[in-house]
Amino acid sequence: MPKMTLSHFEASMLFALFTSVVLGVVTKRTDRDRLHYGIYTFVCFFVALFGLGWLMYFGHG
Amino acid sequence: MAKEKEQKQPLPPVAEWAPALALSWLVPGGGHLLLKRTGRGLLLMASITLMFLCGLMMRGAMFQPESGDLLTTLINTGGFIGDVASGILYLLSQWLGYNQPDMPGAVHDYGTKFLVTAGLLNILAMVDAFDIAVRRKD
Repeated sequence: MPKMTLSHFEASMLFALFTSVVLGVVTKRTDRDRLHYGIYTFVCFFVALFGLGWLMYFGHG
Repeated sequence: MAKEKEQKQPLPPVAEWAPALALSWLVPGGGHLLLKRTGRGLLLMASITLMFLCGLMMRGAMFQPESGDLLTTLINTGGFIGDVASGILYLLSQWLGYNQPDMPGAVHDYGTKFLVTAGLLNILAMVDAFDIAVRRKD
């Protein structure tokens, strides 16, 4: 099994991608809603990632 | 009113939904494929399997149930349930001898979380397959 070394950003993006796909597929009833919800969830992860990143940056002074 | 009626509908016989639920646990997305939801089944299968494989390649640790103080029991038992929920992916990794000790480091830590989350996402897929099998959802 090859070893994978990712940065925090890459690992978080992968996590967000896989999780968004599954949440999109299982939560809604039409394909259109599923796609919208998947994209919405991914954007939420993305915003939270940058928000928390900047918060930690400023928190460290 | 319509919602109340929908909720009061009795559950179909176990034989109608148990195979889909069991297959859904064993093979991520398998329940959806059995129920002829091919596109959704393949998406679930790809996402959950890739997430689990990424966790393995990041050398994440598998949890073992451990007793001790409440927090230790909760974390280890919860993590173990999350790992086992990945079905055949977890079983194969154990049969093939994957045994990564818990080590310090961001990548290992992400790997551990990927492995547990893959299982938790598979639980969501199982619930969805169950809903489809009992005709609560298309």
